[in-house]
Amino acid sequence: MKTFALCGNPNCGKTTLFNALTGATAHVGNWPGVTVDKREGVYKKSGENIAIIDLPGIYSLSPYTPEEVISRNYILDENPYGVINIVDATNLERNLYLTTQLLEMDVPVIVALNMMDEVEKAGDKVDAKTLEERLGVPVVAVSALKGTGIKDLMARAAALPAKRSGNSVLEEDFGDKLRKVREHYEAEEVASPLFHAVKLLERDELELKRKNAAAVLEQAAGEEDLEAAIADARYKYISANLSVAKTKNGKETLTKSDKIDKVLTHRVWAIPIFLVIMFAIFHVTFSEDFLYIGAWASLGKGLPALDDLNLSEGMATFVGIFYDGAVFSPGVILFNIFDTLFGTIMDAVGGAIPTEWLSGLVADGVLGGLFAVLGFLPQILMLFMWFSLLEDSGYMARIAFVLDRIFRRFGLSGRAFLPMIMGFGCSVPAMINTRTLADEKERTATVRVIPFFSCGAKLPILTAIAGGVVQYFGVGHADLITYAMYLLGIVAAIVSVLLMRNTTLKGETPPFIMELPTYHWPRFKNLMLHLWDKTKHFVKKAFTIIFASTVLIWLFSHLNWSWHYLPDEQMNESILASVGKLVQPIFTPLGFGSQIGAYGWVFAVAAIIGLVAKENVISTFGTLGACLIALGANVGGVTSDVLLADEEGITATVAMITATGISIPGLIAFIAFNMTTIPCFAACATAKGELKKGTFKWTLLFWLASSYVIGAAVYTIGSWWWTAFIWAAVVAAVTLLVVFRNLGKLKFRKRKSARGEANA
Amino acid sequence: MGKLLSDFTVGESGKIKAVTGEGKIRRRLFDMGVTPGAEVRMRKKAPLGDPIEVTLRGYELTLRKVEAACVEVEQ
Repeated sequence: MKTFALCGNPNCGKTTLFNALTGATAHVGNWPGVTVDKREGVYKKSGENIAIIDLPGIYSLSPYTPEEVISRNYILDENPYGVINIVDATNLERNLYLTTQLLEMDVPVIVALNMMDEVEKAGDKVDAKTLEERLGVPVVAVSALKGTGIKDLMARAAALPAKRSGNSVLEEDFGDKLRKVREHYEAEEVASPLFHAVKLLERDELELKRKNAAAVLEQAAGEEDLEAAIADARYKYISANLSVAKTKNGKETLTKSDKIDKVLTHRVWAIPIFLVIMFAIFHVTFSEDFLYIGAWASLGKGLPALDDLNLSEGMATFVGIFYDGAVFSPGVILFNIFDTLFGTIMDAVGGAIPTEWLSGLVADGVLGGLFAVLGFLPQILMLFMWFSLLEDSGYMARIAFVLDRIFRRFGLSGRAFLPMIMGFGCSVPAMINTRTLADEKERTATVRVIPFFSCGAKLPILTAIAGGVVQYFGVGHADLITYAMYLLGIVAAIVSVLLMRNTTLKGETPPFIMELPTYHWPRFKNLMLHLWDKTKHFVKKAFTIIFASTVLIWLFSHLNWSWHYLPDEQMNESILASVGKLVQPIFTPLGFGSQIGAYGWVFAVAAIIGLVAKENVISTFGTLGACLIALGANVGGVTSDVLLADEEGITATVAMITATGISIPGLIAFIAFNMTTIPCFAACATAKGELKKGTFKWTLLFWLASSYVIGAAVYTIGSWWWTAFIWAAVVAAVTLLVVFRNLGKLKFRKRKSARGEANA
Repeated sequence: MGKLLSDFTVGESGKIKAVTGEGKIRRRLFDMGVTPGAEVRMRKKAPLGDPIEVTLRGYELTLRKVEAACVEVEQ
């Protein structure tokens, strides 16, 4: 089977063409060693099947981004039969810049001239014939969107002669120098000698690493810096010889895209519009009061709660998917459908197995763990969908443009904002979205702070404990505590990024030189294929690493040291409980350690169970409360049935407060700890996949350390206000230390480079 | 007279004269078509004043002011 590589600029319709070529045969993996998607598929509509590899979107074959290196090495080392170079006809000059570089390689090339319809719409014309004559390789006009020209393209691609020697548009200006370097490479029998020769003249980092390269360069070009001259010559050639294939109608009209842009990046309205769009996305996906119908109604008589409707049990279950005193948003409805379905399956399976421990293991441990993760899939996918709509339409690039100014201060680029805000919904898609960040260190820092943006599953912890505090102590306001906690997470993220970017993940703020693509309607097929890829990826993870760790936690909480099964109410005798008792003293500086007495281990256990899924922290409170009753603790008179049935967790929280005598600062510290500590297994598995090898264990350590420090600060300042001064002093000392250390380094580096210049 | 692209006001245009700057940034600018001889027009500033958006070789490019300061333009 012949293999063709698909190569072209970002935003030139490459993904659309790839999807049109390969359809359902495509599958996504990773390029080895980097987290850049590798898409492969097969074109089956011609006589012979043709394999297609989608190379990442690039502007050039420089060695500065992983995408560029991947594309370059793939064509040079993997020897595809040929390269399909997709060129955006609306943006001919810049697209042909890459074409001129591809042509220097010894590989058959065919140009797919895309978006011709757009060119014609603007009243311009591009002559494919002329372009084909001048480039010396086949040029086929296609519309990736409509699927026209694709058959012709693939027929001509398959008919390409197997061999082609590279040619360069630079021969005229750099003929002598090129020949010298090229002869050297030919003598050494390097493949694609012309391409390597040009790259060496450009003083390309990868090229200079080759044997004898520096000496050859010195001989051919001396000290002369040809990089600018070469780039210049390429563009000059393109303007003089190739762009003539395009005739403009001469009128400069304000396109639809320009008009949209005028509004979306408006000096005053850009940021408010952005905030409204973000709010709408979260509202549709996560709100339990869609369009605030419930809130509006409560101004008058209010809507009845589900329990007050007196429905039959089956009907109540059905209606409960959509409504409970307010209409749920589409995202929540989807979640409820799956949740109800999973619950029914769990009950049925659990009931069908007579042996208690086996039924518990299968229904609660295995299925429960799996469903806890899969249950979030609808909302994760929905969030993914919104954000890929923003990405495909071209709005995402504008958001980066609008917000870059703010994020630069923290050593990040405007692009880092999106994954962070996605974190409020779910860390999993947020972490995957960091792939849009070019800089490795920026990515690592962003992945690490994403869990600090409190996700949907952490909200129950906030509302239950805040509710419990207000109910038991009769102080404060539950909503206020909740907002304060969200704010704490954001502050923690900012401080952590600043600290990391100035110490372990130091690096220059990545440059921000990028294209703002024209707005267009997102492609439905692209979107669906994208979501399908994500689903496959996530489900695979759910069935492996997440599944295994979930079952392990269930076993630890339902087995004692002699491997006997314990029902839920005897969790206090489990392995997990004894681990909880063992680690309880560690949490003393956080207010839920030794000072809360013999029953205090329940908080440690709840935190560990939170690793499965954060919403389990509160559902475990009910079970733990029942354990405490069985142990004879004073929980304020509630029965274990009430605790086990308590969905909101407020009653359970009050019972735990009564039994342990934990203080308010201790409870707040418990929330803060859970919010900023190691996220759920799903997020951990994602982080492990997204981070560079070897950084994941440090990331785990970072989460543990930061949550411990944040919890301790919250507890001590809450208990003894004057300790705020000590914390302030510590922060000041750390800041000074980092600043001085970096200043010292800066001086050192300056001296070094000065010496380097003197030597040169 | 040459003027730095970072000093442009909205609507101003000119021909790029020289591109300076450290290796990586300069290379990126070249790859995006910011080369001597290219026509460039300042299109707009971000709401917070920085980065800027320019029209160049028929497309829209955004870059920060620090990066635009590497580009000298002839008017």
